Amino acid sequence: MPTIDDFGSFETAWCPGCGNFQLLEAVKQALVASNIAPHEVLFVSGIGQAAKAPQYLNCNYFNGLHGRGLPVATGAKLANPALRVIYESGDGCTYGEGGNHFLAAARRNIGITALVHDNRVYGLTKGQASPTSQQGFETKAQPHGVFSQPFNAVQVAVAMRAGFVGRGFTGHTDHLADLIAQAIAHPGFALVDIFQPCPSFNKLNNYAWFKNNTYMLGDEHNPDDWEAAMKLASAMDEQIPLGVIFRNDRPAFESQFATADGKPHFTKQVETAALREVMGKYA
Amino acid sequence: MDTNPRDDFNLMIAGEAGQGLATFGELVVKALVRSGYYIVVTQSYHSRIRGGHNTFAVRLSTEPISTSRDALDLLVAMNSDGVRLHHDELAEDGIALADEKLDAEGARLVKVPFGDLAPGKFANTAGLGVVAALIGLDQALVDDLVQEQFGKKHPETADSNRTALENGYAWGREHLPRAGKRVKPATRSSTPRLALNGNQAIALGALSAGVRFVSFYPMTPSTSIPLTLIAAADKMGVAFEQAEDEIAAINMAIGASFTGAPAMVATSGGGFALMVEGISLAAMTETPVVIAVAQRPGPATGLPTRTEQGDLELVLHAGHGEFPRALYAPGSVEQCFHLTREAFLTAEASQGPVFILTDQFLADSFRAVDPLEVEGLETVPVPVDAQPVALPYRRYEVTDSGVSPRLLPGFSEHLVQADSDEHDEQGHITEDHGVRIAQVDKRLRKLDVIQERVIPPDASGDPNPDLLLVCWGSAKGAVEDAAAQMRAQGHSVGTLHFSQVWPLVPEQFVPALEGAKRVICCEGNAMGQFARLIRRETGFHIADTVLRYDGLPLTPEYILERCCTT
Repeated sequence: MPTIDDFGSFETAWCPGCGNFQLLEAVKQALVASNIAPHEVLFVSGIGQAAKAPQYLNCNYFNGLHGRGLPVATGAKLANPALRVIYESGDGCTYGEGGNHFLAAARRNIGITALVHDNRVYGLTKGQASPTSQQGFETKAQPHGVFSQPFNAVQVAVAMRAGFVGRGFTGHTDHLADLIAQAIAHPGFALVDIFQPCPSFNKLNNYAWFKNNTYMLGDEHNPDDWEAAMKLASAMDEQIPLGVIFRNDRPAFESQFATADGKPHFTKQVETAALREVMGKYA
Repeated sequence: MDTNPRDDFNLMIAGEAGQGLATFGELVVKALVRSGYYIVVTQSYHSRIRGGHNTFAVRLSTEPISTSRDALDLLVAMNSDGVRLHHDELAEDGIALADEKLDAEGARLVKVPFGDLAPGKFANTAGLGVVAALIGLDQALVDDLVQEQFGKKHPETADSNRTALENGYAWGREHLPRAGKRVKPATRSSTPRLALNGNQAIALGALSAGVRFVSFYPMTPSTSIPLTLIAAADKMGVAFEQAEDEIAAINMAIGASFTGAPAMVATSGGGFALMVEGISLAAMTETPVVIAVAQRPGPATGLPTRTEQGDLELVLHAGHGEFPRALYAPGSVEQCFHLTREAFLTAEASQGPVFILTDQFLADSFRAVDPLEVEGLETVPVPVDAQPVALPYRRYEVTDSGVSPRLLPGFSEHLVQADSDEHDEQGHITEDHGVRIAQVDKRLRKLDVIQERVIPPDASGDPNPDLLLVCWGSAKGAVEDAAAQMRAQGHSVGTLHFSQVWPLVPEQFVPALEGAKRVICCEGNAMGQFARLIRRETGFHIADTVLRYDGLPLTPEYILERCCTT
């Protein structure tokens, strides 16, 4: 059985008080609870403070380009459907630079667990608006306040009928760990949008704000009910639900490339008889 | 006028999109190849699904050929524009065929009563019969082909197709001047040749090398590479995806390759421009990936369905930062197959991006290809078994060759860690200047790995000639044919064709350049990019160029006309 210690302990580049610390702990708890050893998982990330998270874990990782983590994760999963792939990055990387890939991943229902650090601000570039920033949020780049409508990733994922859509908050680490473990167990695309305060650059959506404007979903919500999920997911500024918003059993995209013995195609020899047959079509 | 049967014959089918011209052309191609002829196809089409003016030209010969000809022995016009636009391309004894109902006139235009030969739906099959009769193809062979093509999907059309073909064939024998006596019969090969275009050959080369993943965003003229792979994917165990954009396509291929699947993408100029950051990622993370770029004229959308060799400099320099790469530029359909195999092996050996530069002309150019050997071919050595590694395992261990031990995630307890940031040997992000230098040097040492595998340029014709024609990629056939024609007239001419355009190894070709009295570089672009590259790398200045950038491929006629005046 893997333990928390197996995943190591590293010096980080995060500011004191950053929500990422609790998030990292929740990820470790979820991996242990899911009985996953460090070598049994591939983390794929983009660029940003959130995207550095896999560097602070003992695991296989591919730390790619800003916005482009999901396609790398998708290629990895298609090539080896048996490999457990977790994508982890921030709201800017995932919903801004990588927005098209986010839409496509949800539509495909590719079997990736997507952990998105959502602090509603750009941290690594020091405080510009992110796609999820609230309207009116003032920054040096948006001195008149954010004008655009914030991107509602959770509702978009529900609309695209992603396999699993949840929302967590680093202020409730155990709840978050449980949510991540459920997402990991889900066979299709599993989004967990994670509220995470940025004490350095987002003074508006601070720890107290997230605490006061969220609530825990109870048994009254049925995540299999798409219409109820769409309605719940519309909350952005107050009374924001935490927990499993939506779930369905749409087949995972990579299942079409599964092999009979579960071993990826690339472990097998090129079959010359099959190749000869393919070439014969051109005679 | 010589009325004896000839070795060589040049036909063109002209019409508008939506008339089934390409299907017709491909049937003619298969019939000719099965009959034992060598062929070179030149396709020219507008960027639209209906209308426009398209041509499908086939030069056939009883002897091996590698380029097209301009003068037409047969023009099959599917609309009146076909006659109007191409009638003046007819050779002295060439003939044109058109439906009697078309409003078209011209010398040696034979009007065919297609309405009497077959109902409209089967007119193309009747047309095939007429063409087969003129060339003198075996009717049973063509009939088998037609039944193969349509019989499986539409068994109810079998009889109508057979009758249409018979009627067309009989009409042609009876009404066409010198039917069956214009071309020498070819010898049918005991091992049937394949009718393959450049893109299909790239896909088959990839399959033979062990490709296991392809991602792409559709873009002319590259799309038939992934489509050929996908058609064979279930049989050959290839995972594939039409990505949401080219950025996703290259990143997916990198993810697949990192995980263990030999991977490729295919695109054209604009799509490749979107992939450029991903190229840099493959280099930094040392992930093997093969990128096929089928060139078309730019800038921007340019001439989307035409040909050019204008993206050499783009591909050579694509990707920020400094890193080694290899660029292959096949000059024939066979080279498309073999160099794609080489690209996969080089990508794995050097753990980075490797490119195949082709273009619309070669992509769509069908040729008769001798059966490709599939037995005992080397395949990409995927590091599935965890090789013995020094512990702790370090993905980016600094080695003499620059190549570090590559393991696959999930295949052992060793952790495989890759970072687009500068990283230490373990794969962890670093800003240490010493580590930076060690990793840059390590990556650049892999240039030697690539250099050791460089394919030298191919020389033909006279050694130390009065005139040396230099070319690269798809220009090979036209240039070598032009040189042969000049030699036949008593001139001293040689050629030098580069099927690998990067890295350049000067010792392999500078003596040949210096040994010629005059050197001309023939390229399908406006700036003489390859001539400039040679000058940059060797100091040798090729002052004369024959350049073509009207969207059409280089032809012997085009080169000969300009060699004599430049």
